[in-house]
Amino acid sequence: MDPRHLVVVGGGMVAQRLVEALRDRDTTGTWRVTVLAEEPRRPYDRVALTSYFSGRSPEDLSLGDPALWDDPLVTLVRGDKAVGIDRDARVVTAESGRTFAYDHLVLATGSYAWVPPMEGAELDGVFVYRTLDDVAALRGYVNGLAEERTVRGVVLGGGLLGLEAAGALDALGARPTVLQVDTHLMSAQVDLGGGEALRRLVNRLGIGVRTQSMTTRVVPHRRGGVGRVELADGTRLDADVVVVAAGVRPRDELGRGSGLAIGPRGGVVVDDTCLTADPHVSAVGEVACIQGACIGLVAPGYTMAEVTVDRLLGGGAVYAGADTATKLKLAGVDVASFGDAFARTPGALEVVWADPVGGVYKKLVMSDDARTLLGGVLVGDASAYASLRPMVGRELPGDPAAFLLPEGGAGAPDLELPDDASVCSCNNVSAGTIRHAVGEEGCHDLGAVKACTRAGTSCGSCLPLVKKLMATELGKLGVTVSSALCEHFSLSRAQLYDAVRVAGLRTFTEVVERFGTHGRGCDICRPAVASILATTAPAHVLDGERAALQDTNDHVMANLQKDGSYSVVPRMAGGEVTPEGLIAVGEVARDFGLYTKITGGQRVDMFGARIDQLPLIWRRLVDAGFESGHAYGKSLRTVKSCVGSTWCRFGVQDSVALAVMLELRYRGLRSPHKIKLGVSGCARECAEARGKDVGVIATDKGWNVYVGGNGGFTPRHARLLAEDLDTETLVRTIDRFLLYYVRTADRLQRTAPWIEEVEGGLDGVRAVVMDDALGICADLDEQMARHVEDYEDEWRSTLDDPEKLQRFASFVNAPDVADPSLAYVPERGQVRPATADERAVLVAGTTLEVRS
Amino acid sequence: MTTLDDVSTTWLTVCRLRDLAYERGAAALVPDEVAGRPVLTQVALFRLLDESVLAVQQHDPFSDAHVIARGIVGTRRVAEQDVPTVASPMYKQVFDLRTGVCLDPAGKEPVAGRSPDLRTWTVEVVDGDVRVAVGGGAG
Repeated sequence: MDPRHLVVVGGGMVAQRLVEALRDRDTTGTWRVTVLAEEPRRPYDRVALTSYFSGRSPEDLSLGDPALWDDPLVTLVRGDKAVGIDRDARVVTAESGRTFAYDHLVLATGSYAWVPPMEGAELDGVFVYRTLDDVAALRGYVNGLAEERTVRGVVLGGGLLGLEAAGALDALGARPTVLQVDTHLMSAQVDLGGGEALRRLVNRLGIGVRTQSMTTRVVPHRRGGVGRVELADGTRLDADVVVVAAGVRPRDELGRGSGLAIGPRGGVVVDDTCLTADPHVSAVGEVACIQGACIGLVAPGYTMAEVTVDRLLGGGAVYAGADTATKLKLAGVDVASFGDAFARTPGALEVVWADPVGGVYKKLVMSDDARTLLGGVLVGDASAYASLRPMVGRELPGDPAAFLLPEGGAGAPDLELPDDASVCSCNNVSAGTIRHAVGEEGCHDLGAVKACTRAGTSCGSCLPLVKKLMATELGKLGVTVSSALCEHFSLSRAQLYDAVRVAGLRTFTEVVERFGTHGRGCDICRPAVASILATTAPAHVLDGERAALQDTNDHVMANLQKDGSYSVVPRMAGGEVTPEGLIAVGEVARDFGLYTKITGGQRVDMFGARIDQLPLIWRRLVDAGFESGHAYGKSLRTVKSCVGSTWCRFGVQDSVALAVMLELRYRGLRSPHKIKLGVSGCARECAEARGKDVGVIATDKGWNVYVGGNGGFTPRHARLLAEDLDTETLVRTIDRFLLYYVRTADRLQRTAPWIEEVEGGLDGVRAVVMDDALGICADLDEQMARHVEDYEDEWRSTLDDPEKLQRFASFVNAPDVADPSLAYVPERGQVRPATADERAVLVAGTTLEVRS
Repeated sequence: MTTLDDVSTTWLTVCRLRDLAYERGAAALVPDEVAGRPVLTQVALFRLLDESVLAVQQHDPFSDAHVIARGIVGTRRVAEQDVPTVASPMYKQVFDLRTGVCLDPAGKEPVAGRSPDLRTWTVEVVDGDVRVAVGGGAG
């Protein structure tokens, strides 16, 4: 039987979820689906639009697995808008004139930004804040004006979207003022007390706020564009740009045109199965008027999409009601509201805790017996949001006030969530589903749990809770999830880093005596402490007690190979090497019989060096002008580059010069794991910089910087941190990013998983390194300046120190005797280690003199 | 001068105590016998903070390379006691330095025919000399 045809009108987040859910569940292919999208692109993450200002590219906003759109049963029609429905013939007509016959139709047209009636709304410089194109146009307009003067922005509307728009203007360097008609900010979500606390927090960011302000007129400037706005009370405010974020209205014109019932405040009326009065037409998301109202949030839309798919496949799902919990994502401002935030339930009690100085306001709404949680408002510190929200409608253990006190205070009792409590409301994932994934399906880390359950993959606000649930569950399985470094330290690496830095300790003995539990360390904590001390109290790797902390690679400053010999890699910064340098390296390799190979980091690796040969090899290399390449260290490895604008016909910037500068700046920086950088001179990206921890790509305006890429077992593409930076800002940004990573990552954690674990993810990292959200940037800058100043080549200083050179003896009683167990055979014109069988023949019968 | 024929020597002085760094191994060659033939065997010497010196085989049974002296020294809690240990630099197996017993095979098997445990030698420090019991004195 041919599959039936589902037509979805609208290409937003809810449409995407609907198609995803359908293709996930309709395994026998009973439906094929066509999505009609008005925008010229695939569905994208509209909730994260604001992050587009802080440097993300449109591709970072993509949703889900792009392979969905390659599915043969899925057709995405982009840039064509549905203009009419013939419900009798079951045909949709598009603007292009194309027609689409359907067996079932889903309206997912969403909503549009409502512009209040006022004079001047059509002027240049008045924007709405709804689509990627709106946001891109706003960005272009502000950037254009910013070249001439400080841009003053006015945002009409003090709700979620208005505050995000103000944050976006601020990120663009404009000076925003929010005009709110109501008595306080976010009046749909928080009460007056919360709104006041929120205003103070927003003011601190440099965003002005005027409440009870209705705009009546936008007045043009004589040079064109917007000049000022006028308020109902006669006030005039100068403004170069006006962003309207006064609310949204459902795009229900197709429903109206085809005679479907429309709600009192708009929206296509549907029942609890998301079906209209026409059994062949459903509506989901913001366009649907369900249970009497349209809801402008994505989570209820997702629920409607799931209900619709279930019904299409013959299931009996119903829409049970919306979780209208919200959390504002604005750097530096923490706001969340959930459940019955306004205490409208009869007899509801409010428990309030406010700290006006700290800008914190928290309120829990409880049932009349003060036991059942009904809702709450959290401003200034929403850390309890993830664990409290799923408890709505349930009894809280103990005194509710305990949940409002600052962290580290009396301490809230641990919440044991019931299995049916919803943890991720975006994707409707319950606590039980997460427990099952961990306990039964073997998901033992956050990434696996996310992939398996989809929890935390949309807005991410539930991730702290997901992590906690996972840890508890793993604990029950007997899997240790303690963040303790090893049996000798109960602190995590990040905690130990802070402790050592603050206490100013300089040796392992001091560290283990002060912060250790017992004993003298092990192969886990010793190198970790060595790495910490390397940036908190810099000294040579072989100085005093430090030598005993190093892995053999750091101890002999070479890379151990499988037969016990080492490989040697001199630095060739940016992959640049002179002919004389290459000749010198070649001569060393030839004279010591080393196997040579070009590395992935654009330099030469020489294999088969015995431990006692290392100082001799390095004497030659240092004399030829080379220095340690730190190929052996958990530290900066290389900065790979393409040839750049000096030679390349397409290059727009000098990538080699930048790569050399960066490599010389960060060389020797000890870190939780190896760090690799890349610099490409144009968007062709020949240096493969996005596969690096830090990737820099030239633009005609400066540099884009990407972070969190790696190859290896789990390859990751780096994601955009910031765009069009000048070189000075770029270097400062990388400085801070690297040191923030060095300070807070786990042992052997590359940057990609570290970014995932930083509070707020990439946005959180950006807030710290670009906006100094933690106030540590001056400290980081100072620390990097010290690193750059104090750097010395550890091989050169080793060669100058006879005591250090003693460590390279083959045998303490026969320093001139070569290790007799090493044996090599020829292969392709070079040598390779002999196999066990070959060695039995080559090594047997060795007799040597030893000193007595 | 000690040569391979000289297996009757019970104590072989290998170095001065001060030649050994604390908690960092050093390799030495000692005369030995394998299947009746005299050979030189590599041992790994470790000087601990209490000035004791312990010796185990330099050969790592899990990687078949002579590298144990280059491992990281530490301790491990075994039955309420902190046992001195070394971790192989190759695949991170942990060995008890006093007995040579492998405390943690790190999920690997020794190479064919090898015991996971390390052989040990008795060591004494006399007047600042480090002496290893060889031949009949092998522990």
